[in-house]
Amino acid sequence: MVKIEVKQLNLWYGDFHALKSVNASFAEKKITAIIGPSGCGKSTLLRVLNRMNDLIEGVRTEGGVIIDGHNILEQHTDLVVLRKNVGMVFQRPNPFPLSIYENIVFGEKVHNGSKDKDKLDQIVEKSLMDVLLWDELKDKLRKSALSLSLEQKQRLCIARLLAVRPQVLLMDEPCSTLDPQATARIEELMRELKRDYTIVIVTHNMQQAARVSDDTGFMLLGELVEFDKTDTIFTAPKDKRTEDYITGRYG
Amino acid sequence: MERHFDEELKELNKEVLKIGALTEEAIFKSIEALKNRDKVSAQEVIKTDTRIDELELAIDEHCIDLIARYQPLASDLRFITTGMKLNAELERIADLAVDICQRVMELADKPLLKPLIDIPKLSAIAQKMVHDSIDAFVKKDACLAKMVVLSDSQADELRNRVQDELINDYLSRDVKSATRAVPLLLIARHLERICDHATNIAEDVIYMVEARVVKHHPEKLK
Repeated sequence: MVKIEVKQLNLWYGDFHALKSVNASFAEKKITAIIGPSGCGKSTLLRVLNRMNDLIEGVRTEGGVIIDGHNILEQHTDLVVLRKNVGMVFQRPNPFPLSIYENIVFGEKVHNGSKDKDKLDQIVEKSLMDVLLWDELKDKLRKSALSLSLEQKQRLCIARLLAVRPQVLLMDEPCSTLDPQATARIEELMRELKRDYTIVIVTHNMQQAARVSDDTGFMLLGELVEFDKTDTIFTAPKDKRTEDYITGRYG
Repeated sequence: MERHFDEELKELNKEVLKIGALTEEAIFKSIEALKNRDKVSAQEVIKTDTRIDELELAIDEHCIDLIARYQPLASDLRFITTGMKLNAELERIADLAVDICQRVMELADKPLLKPLIDIPKLSAIAQKMVHDSIDAFVKKDACLAKMVVLSDSQADELRNRVQDELINDYLSRDVKSATRAVPLLLIARHLERICDHATNIAEDVIYMVEARVVKHHPEKLK
């Protein structure tokens, strides 16, 4: 089932045409990887999915991004609700300079004004369990989130997203600052999370895309050159440009 | 853009060519040994097989090493996995040439049951199929590979003809002919199996070049 449908999407940063007539379908409760060289538009595409690009001056979009039947590019879209439903994990983990506990309940407090301690405690426990951090951190909840390791911080940021019960998780190079073991553990977490969430990941690491994703899109110069099952993209891509990129002949 | 990896792939190509050449030579010599009833040549083929076995192991190791170090994808991945399969098929073909030579050793001291007509024809088909399948791999030529696959039916027909003739004209008439007829039956069988292995190689080459599986799907050859 399709969760996100991108239709004839064009995006400009001022005069620069960053996304060119992109069409793609992101399947529900699957992991879709977007790969491509630097500057190809993959992060831009990811950021359109929760309108993070709106924060950039001079950005203009045309076309549609349909999530659950609603075109989120329409003017009246409630961006707070959109970003709650479509959360983003960034390259560098960015916990707030607050306690671990406060990081996780931050969204719940902002969106729902919750003050019920039992409810907040439950949210913290469930969110940390979902990212497999509960056992490690249950006795340190009042410690600063900034004291955690990089991997723990990234997991915490994912837990912070899960706490507001999103439907889609956008991940922009979520493992690029992590060592191979931590990367493997985050990838395991992604596989767990796709039972409940639709995940779109941008990655430079092709092996990671091949390992974790169900579908893969290859972008080049703002175009979505090829979009297919991950198996097909990595063993038998149809477009020569995809072939050249994934075999390292591009450039 | 030329990659260091391309040099490694060229090296693998050379190694496959080498085991291919040794295997082709083994088939050729086994049939010559049969024609000439030459036990010395037959022994030589049996001895050379160790070299082919060693080369097979070395190629396998090289392929695994390339996969581990480069994590190849797309056409590179298809090339290496096909190289590994081809390597195993060639080693098996060389084993069949050894099997033929063992039959030659059994036959050499006995008078010929009949003049050899169809077996040399079958061996010519087998040699051509093996040669073309290796050529198709090296040149990444899917058309040539398809022709190899299609020629397998000729080999099957010829092998059936040899079998029918040996059973109907000799074995069923005179059971004492078995010591000379059965080795010939087996040789025809070995040659036909060589053709099957060449067909497997050709099917893998089609996958390597065109990224589509034709194995077990003859309709996809068209």
